[in-house]
Amino acid sequence: MYRIVKKRILNEAGTTLEMVVEAPLVARKCLAGQFIIFRLDEFGERIPLTIADYDREKGTVTIMFQPVGRSTQMLAELSEGDSILDFVGPLGKPTETDGLKRVAVVGGGVGCAIAYPVAKAMHAKGIEVDMIAGFRSRSIVMLEDEMRASSTNLYITTDDGSYGEKGFVTDKLKSLIEAGREYDKVVAIGPGVMMKYISLATKPYDIKTEVSLNPIMIDGTGMCGGCRVSVGGETKFACVDGPEFDGHLVDWDELLRRGAFYKDEETAQKEHVCRLTGGVRHA
Amino acid sequence: MPDMSPEKNPMPEQEANVRNKNFLEVAKGYDADTAKSEAARCLNCKNRPCTAGCPVNVRIPEFIAKIAEGEFEQAYQIISYTNSLPAVCGRVCPQESQCEGKCVRGVKGEPVAVGRLERFAADYHRENSAKEEAAVTRETNGRRVAIVGSGPAGLTCAGDLVRLGYEVTVFEAFHKAGGVLVYGIPEFRLPKAIVQGEIDKLIESGVKIVTNAIVGKAISVDELFEEGYEAVFIGSGAGLPQFLNIPGENLLGVYSANEYLTRINLMKAYLPEYDTPIKKAKRVAVVGGGNVAMDAARCAKRMGADEVYIVYRRSLEELPARREEVHHAQEEGVVFKLLNNPIAVLGNEEGYVRGLECLHMELGEPDESGRRRPVEIKGSNFVLDVDAVIIAIGTSPNPLIKSTTEGLEANRKGCIIADQNAATSRKGVFAGGDAVTGAATVILAMGAGKTAAESIDKYLKSK
Repeated sequence: MYRIVKKRILNEAGTTLEMVVEAPLVARKCLAGQFIIFRLDEFGERIPLTIADYDREKGTVTIMFQPVGRSTQMLAELSEGDSILDFVGPLGKPTETDGLKRVAVVGGGVGCAIAYPVAKAMHAKGIEVDMIAGFRSRSIVMLEDEMRASSTNLYITTDDGSYGEKGFVTDKLKSLIEAGREYDKVVAIGPGVMMKYISLATKPYDIKTEVSLNPIMIDGTGMCGGCRVSVGGETKFACVDGPEFDGHLVDWDELLRRGAFYKDEETAQKEHVCRLTGGVRHA
Repeated sequence: MPDMSPEKNPMPEQEANVRNKNFLEVAKGYDADTAKSEAARCLNCKNRPCTAGCPVNVRIPEFIAKIAEGEFEQAYQIISYTNSLPAVCGRVCPQESQCEGKCVRGVKGEPVAVGRLERFAADYHRENSAKEEAAVTRETNGRRVAIVGSGPAGLTCAGDLVRLGYEVTVFEAFHKAGGVLVYGIPEFRLPKAIVQGEIDKLIESGVKIVTNAIVGKAISVDELFEEGYEAVFIGSGAGLPQFLNIPGENLLGVYSANEYLTRINLMKAYLPEYDTPIKKAKRVAVVGGGNVAMDAARCAKRMGADEVYIVYRRSLEELPARREEVHHAQEEGVVFKLLNNPIAVLGNEEGYVRGLECLHMELGEPDESGRRRPVEIKGSNFVLDVDAVIIAIGTSPNPLIKSTTEGLEANRKGCIIADQNAATSRKGVFAGGDAVTGAATVILAMGAGKTAAESIDKYLKSK
């Protein structure tokens, strides 16, 4: 069992949560860009989440998530002191930072929770980081202080203009590039559609663009092959070959389709309210 | 006098049209009288070819004699002396090519049903004696051995080493111990409660199992030595699924057999109380002809598919699956499309599988495997109308450990190189099972685990 030692709501609307979990075996070696898989209880699915932070001394790992499916909704119900049944990692390859001098890190919505530790790791190595964080509106803006501390420049955009600059992250990135900013690499983390459009936006400028993919998977060690993605015409397993890939080479339409494979089942699960427990399973 | 009946006592089974709709065990097992009657068929011959045919050398005529005498518990004790997982072996071993394949009775008529008798003794023990066993606190010699992977190789190695007095820790990447016994082989062939029972026995005997621990990621083999383990056994299996590399393999509804079986077996997608999603496909093509393909096809049938096809490029003769599995699959309504080679998965506009395009094949000259090589018949293309495709053409060893352990040699196929004593190129590191051989059987992995335990004992005693 893996105890939740801290729980925090990250934005005004309460749509994103942070949990610090005791997981010494994960904490001892994990690096930015890697992920964990949790399973809430005996009946739960195995759900991958990117590692947002870690404390090697305390043996804790921080995760940030938006309750969207049944498992993350049930995770959100837990409080400090409660435990998660399974928590395994670190999985995947860490973010590569070698040889970089100037980087733009782009986060979209809850993706900022994953983009932020990447920015932090790069910034700590002396890399100049422009962080562009996009949200739908003010009420879901999160991690502003953390992101500011982990970047050279922080740009916040909202779709409706209720906070920061009005517009999409793609617009902001393009305007920075047009204004003469030069980047060795752009790292984009967020919803699939956003990563797709960031990749399309950087393509004409030929800036290397890395995206962090989070497809459906079971084991996270290369065993099920469920997380396969086409990258440059080759099939890769996101869990072991990724999760970060060259955004210019990813087959986005296939990725988006595969990500939505169990949408019907997920909706059915969410709509099903247990008559005994009122929706929450008691294991 | 031995019973000279030329045929085995038949195995009571669930009726095919009932069982293909449930996940309960297909074979129900012998009762005491049937077991005694079958045991009486053993000639108890002097040279014991059966024992020589067993990868873990179970003293077969001895345990069968005890069953014939009605001393069922004693029979179990004889088996368990050399076999850490009798209830598992009695169910999934390919006895026809091992103990039973060597049985003298098989020369004229059917061999003695060694597997069924082994299962009987193990089930008898579990139902009647297991609970009485007090947890034995064993003196350990204080020397620690780490085992990577809790499948049949790792569990056997662990069981044997604990018996020899070592402190054994098994590291498992999944949340549950058992490896292929829990994620791969379906409930109806090997009930998970039985696997758990065998694992519980190992834990009681002193084996420590750490789940959610990925050696090669969270901790390396070198770090295991630094932490005080004096030897490491790698039994990490062949977990990497192979695909056909044909167009359309990433369409929605194409699964590796690993994924399909894991969703059902480990993640229990067939039980409503579990959250694991699975699509209820109506027409399913399973590509491949091994035991895994049979398992996947029979699972698909039980998940409610109307039509399930085994698509295999050779003929029935070359089908690598056990005859029993093929027979069971046929009885349950699985259709065998033999001498058919898939060349593309076809999808609809939304990216969902709508068919599997195949070519008819004919058999040519024997290839390097000794089997006749399938040759395409040009222009014989046809489309099998399916909405799911499961690829069951084999697996390769997972590269995770090899890639993170310096000096550990592997061959071209990624299999860790180990000698006949299970020793690898790294001192103190031993390996066995599918990680070394590529995908093979449970019992061969157990045999390798056993050999490794002996070698580790020898190595540590001489150290």
